[in-house]
Amino acid sequence: MAHRITIKAGGSEKDYWRDLWMNRQLLWILSKRDISVRYKQTLLGIAWSVIRPMMTMLIMAVVFSLIAKLPPDPGIPYPLMILGSLTIWTFFSGSFSQISNSIVLNSNLVSKVYFPRLLMPLSAVSVGFIDFLISLGLFMGLSIYYGQVPSINIIFLPIFVVLTFLCSLGFGLFFAVINVRFRDIGQLIPFIVQIGMYICPIAYSTRLVLEDHPTFYKFYIMNPVVGIIDGFKWCLLGNNSYFDPTSLYSTIFVSSIALFLSVMYFRKKENTFVDHI
Amino acid sequence: MQVISAENISKKYIINHQGIRKSATLRDVVSETVNGLFSKKKQEFIPREQQKEEFWALKDVSFTINQGDRIGIVGHNGAGKSTLLKILSRITDPSTGEVSINGRVASLLEVGTGFHPELTGRENIFLNGAILGMDKGEIKKSFDAIVDFAGVEKFLDTPVKRYSSGMYVRLGFAIAAHLEPEIMIIDEVLAVGDAEFQKKCLGKMRDVSESGRTLLFVSHNLTAIQALCNKSFYFEKGRLLDQGDTTHIINTYLSRVSHKKLERSWETPESAPGNDQIRVKSFRLLPDYVDNLTHIDVRTPMQVQFEFWNMVEDAQLNLSLHLYSYTGECIFNVGTSSQPYGKGIMVGTLEIPGHFLNDGSYMISIMVVKDTSSVIYNMEEALTFDIEDYRENVTWYGKWPGYIRPQLNFSLCQTESVVND
Repeated sequence: MAHRITIKAGGSEKDYWRDLWMNRQLLWILSKRDISVRYKQTLLGIAWSVIRPMMTMLIMAVVFSLIAKLPPDPGIPYPLMILGSLTIWTFFSGSFSQISNSIVLNSNLVSKVYFPRLLMPLSAVSVGFIDFLISLGLFMGLSIYYGQVPSINIIFLPIFVVLTFLCSLGFGLFFAVINVRFRDIGQLIPFIVQIGMYICPIAYSTRLVLEDHPTFYKFYIMNPVVGIIDGFKWCLLGNNSYFDPTSLYSTIFVSSIALFLSVMYFRKKENTFVDHI
Repeated sequence: MQVISAENISKKYIINHQGIRKSATLRDVVSETVNGLFSKKKQEFIPREQQKEEFWALKDVSFTINQGDRIGIVGHNGAGKSTLLKILSRITDPSTGEVSINGRVASLLEVGTGFHPELTGRENIFLNGAILGMDKGEIKKSFDAIVDFAGVEKFLDTPVKRYSSGMYVRLGFAIAAHLEPEIMIIDEVLAVGDAEFQKKCLGKMRDVSESGRTLLFVSHNLTAIQALCNKSFYFEKGRLLDQGDTTHIINTYLSRVSHKKLERSWETPESAPGNDQIRVKSFRLLPDYVDNLTHIDVRTPMQVQFEFWNMVEDAQLNLSLHLYSYTGECIFNVGTSSQPYGKGIMVGTLEIPGHFLNDGSYMISIMVVKDTSSVIYNMEEALTFDIEDYRENVTWYGKWPGYIRPQLNFSLCQTESVVND
């Protein structure tokens, strides 16, 4: 097999995407590594992936529904609404922080072996995706418990999952690159995720924002994650769940620009990772 | 066929003298910028160019490598060898210049790259194999051979964090050894492992080189380089100083690195070290180089010469010479017979035969003894020299044990044959 490469200053070669494709097995193996290492030497193992969303959901339901007495969307049990948004939010925030840390966490590989560096952030999503599937299963269980029939809207679910992935990649890649140079990012990420919990419709419905603060609403839906979460809940809970399709404009617009810019930035910087790591 | 050609590649690193660490924090950058804005001590302002120093890890390196070449790369620490390997393995970009590579490259800059401590030996074989560029089929095909080579059958399902460091290294090398790339790049990996394992590794590398694949090999084990490589590069301070036939390059390298003091002499008794009885005129080590080499190896016979001015009339004198290894053990002590001499210039000569001392660094100290009992002059470390290794027809390149390496009559013969009917 003729395999010709040219190495020169400032830039990976043009066959980058082909190279990435040829290394898809490595992507798979790195993902498998992250998944199988996840719960090594734990007593409860994979059960943690069930316990975490359940506990978070219960606490939020108690605080926001019982204590703060926020109303859910009509006809939807509050716990179910929260679990729905938590499922997709956890996937987003988990992927985002894993991607941001992916290069630094794999620094031993970066300094010793070559492969398209984009594989590391891509494989970082795997763990979050498994958690997402488990959480989704939990949601299904809970909706059976509440006697909710899944809506036909569920056929659009994959679209929102892909959007979540692209959006987290768009932001995560950018931070992954900066993280190599400035480890502050490692400190910043949990903080961003924490703020995200409040500015996204997780513990409450977007409907409340529209009804109580109509002027603020149009700024609120500029947050690209709002459209994703509401859309995701709409797929699972049907038309009763509040979903403003116009909030997707921002999701698509912001995510695609972020993705485009951060992939460019990543590719520009990836060959210098080793000098800063 | 040319498989690698490099044109004027250089690699620059910036060294900051302001104490900015490699991974500076944002805070540092921000606070420095702010300090810079508000600082009134303008006279202390140092131009940015002075705070940052450029360091060229590689400078204008050009070469071509043909298919089947086995290239040894030698040089001091920090000469740019590893930087070169990193560029060829695409881990880092050159700052200038261009390399074109024709063929699949596997580089082994570390043993067990990407091993995950929590994963079992079996899982790590697949992980590491994939990281090094093998596909699943290839790994499966050589799985048994890898396990066998590493000798870890019993521990395949144990997490590698419980492996001994020897097992870890063996497994790492075993995986790499079963790669089948067209070009193989190996950094000093033989520095690890016990002698037996090193032998196995070098044997494997010999197989690789004999199968017509291209090999680039960085090592400080010159014996291994000599045995494995047909050509060599010599790097110094980021430059490719010399390239060519391995024997020639190793000779160049050794004559530049060894810290030998082969000759010391003084013009007049007044300037010379000594005392009122003895003044040193010269110490000399005169090797009788073999094969037109310019360094001493285990075959080289040598003569130690010691000249001194004797200023004692009618003295009963003899010389005593100690040879020490670099760790300070005395290997031998020899003396001349004691005889009466008058004033004048004296010369003592000792012959050290070839095929006697083992490879290593040595020092010689010389004493002048009066009346067989009182030392009137003692020169510690009068001479220091290195003896390099040399072997023929062996496939073992580990350190030869022992202080001396004499050629004695040692033979093996069969006295009875067993015939199976």
